Amino acid sequence: MIVEEIMKRDVISLSKDHSLRDAIRVMNENNIRHIPITDEKRRLIGLVTDRDLKEAGPSSLLHDEKDNILDKPLSSIMKTDLITGHPLDFVEEVAAIFYEKKIGCLPIVSGEKLVGIITETDIFHTLVQLTGVHWPSSRIEIKVPNVQGKISEVVSCIEKHHVNILSILVHPDKKDENYKIMVIRVQTINPGKIIADLKKNGHEVQWPHFSGSLS
Amino acid sequence: MKKEAIFVFSENQLKYKFHEEHPFNPLRLRLTVDLLKEMNALQPEDIVEPRMASDEELKLVHLPEYIDAVKKAGRGELRQELAEHYGLGTEDTPAFPGMHEAAALLVGGTLTAADCVMTGKADHALHLGGGLHHGFKGKASGFCIYNDCSVAIKYLQEKYGARVMYVDTDAHHGDGVQWAFYDDPDVCTLSIHETGRYLFPGTGNINERGFGKGYGYSFNVPVDAFTEDESFLEVYKTAFEEIAAWFKPDVILTQNGADAHYYDPLTHLSGTIKLYREIPKIAHQIAHQYCGGRWIAVGGGGYDIWRVVPRAWALVWLEMTEYSNHLEHLPLSWLEKWQKEAEVSLPFQWDDPENLYPPVPRKKEITEKNKKTMEKALHPIRKTAGEKTRQT
Ligand SMILES: [Zn+2]
Repeated sequence: MIVEEIMKRDVISLSKDHSLRDAIRVMNENNIRHIPITDEKRRLIGLVTDRDLKEAGPSSLLHDEKDNILDKPLSSIMKTDLITGHPLDFVEEVAAIFYEKKIGCLPIVSGEKLVGIITETDIFHTLVQLTGVHWPSSRIEIKVPNVQGKISEVVSCIEKHHVNILSILVHPDKKDENYKIMVIRVQTINPGKIIADLKKNGHEVQWPHFSGSLS
Repeated sequence: MKKEAIFVFSENQLKYKFHEEHPFNPLRLRLTVDLLKEMNALQPEDIVEPRMASDEELKLVHLPEYIDAVKKAGRGELRQELAEHYGLGTEDTPAFPGMHEAAALLVGGTLTAADCVMTGKADHALHLGGGLHHGFKGKASGFCIYNDCSVAIKYLQEKYGARVMYVDTDAHHGDGVQWAFYDDPDVCTLSIHETGRYLFPGTGNINERGFGKGYGYSFNVPVDAFTEDESFLEVYKTAFEEIAAWFKPDVILTQNGADAHYYDPLTHLSGTIKLYREIPKIAHQIAHQYCGGRWIAVGGGGYDIWRVVPRAWALVWLEMTEYSNHLEHLPLSWLEKWQKEAEVSLPFQWDDPENLYPPVPRKKEITEKNKKTMEKALHPIRKTAGEKTRQT
């Protein structure tokens, strides 16, 4: 999945000459926490977050300056050293940037122009969707040897049961590098037969254990 | 004369049957009714015939094109690609002849129960054929075609202007009902279920609290796998009481899935019959405390149809009718009749033995975690209650 599929396109932005007061109003009205600052050609020149506003706010300044603080231009507080993304970036890569750089939003720039924005929430939501959890389904975890052909074995074993596979995640087994873990979401309330079949075919199903089961 | 409770049932309800090997087996209804009759706890005059829900009633929740698709599937006229789109013809909800009529009768049964309670024919009504909480407006899911709970709640709102509290103790999250009223502040849903980390449907997190105007009216307490009676009941009783006191419903609808039992083959909880003695008892008390007794109960999941469901469901009726005889042995006549048919040995007694399952290794941690989960779920309503008490 690439960024342009999940980014928000109608970005609310302000110019560097707008005031702090304007920014507060725009954030409140639109229930947003980040405002990109653009020039007349819609080129990205800065970013103001609700945190920047709080830090610049009256509490950290002298009392008599309180009122005119809000009239100051955004150019006085905006961050200009920005990390940006591109519409063709992969969502997984972008997720890693959010994590490593501890940022809350990522402006998306193409041809020098601001074309979109992605927030932490969008990323989280997308990753959750990628795991298929928003469709009613059961989850099965299978430990398989880290050799070629094992994934398709597991998949064909499941598909024999005419059950739709919503998502498959595969990651190395942290405890043993000779194995990997497959996390599969299947669209059924009754995965018991599938699990029994996987076990019969020598696969190690880690959970759930049917401790009280008839089967 | 006003009755204490009525029991909605007809033999036709056994027609909600996908096929012989399917885990959702309507025989459990007959087993329960027969158990109650054998112990003389269910009289012919207690039983009310369910009606069939009309298309208009189904449309309170379901999409017209979905209803058409179900009708076609029941006549074998629905194309496979289209069937899949509606969740029909899958392993969980395969098509069967007359499926629309069978499913609409289960919805109608819950409407019958609702009418009996709201018109004052009885204080409580039990419809064990209902409880199909996974049905979506345009999609069958998890053995459920139409969602009788959702339709009945909408019906209670439109016909009687009632504020409904829905309480779901099935081991699976009551997703269909939750999503149907997710933005509605006049319906409050509470679901207590095994965590969706592994178990179907995967939803039912604490943070699913509702949307828009309905934010704060959806409650979820996902409990850990291997949760036992005590911990489940602690969470259930506390959450039910506090939410009822806060929401002040006109009527309570409880979904009584019986799949949180240790024997259930689809789930991983460690409940025993004690759970099913207590669950309806608390619902009964709360219905009298807040709703003038108005309590509609439906069935739900439950896949150990021999050892668990008949006892668990009979106990809902015995609670509703305040059956006072001591419950110890199951009637011999019932055991004799059904042991021949059962593939497992039937329990002789109402209570499960002490050593039903080996001790759960991390019991203390599980109990502690469930309690924390419940506290988080109740946090928004406790905050206001706490502030009020501080002022007085
Ligand atoms: Zn269930």
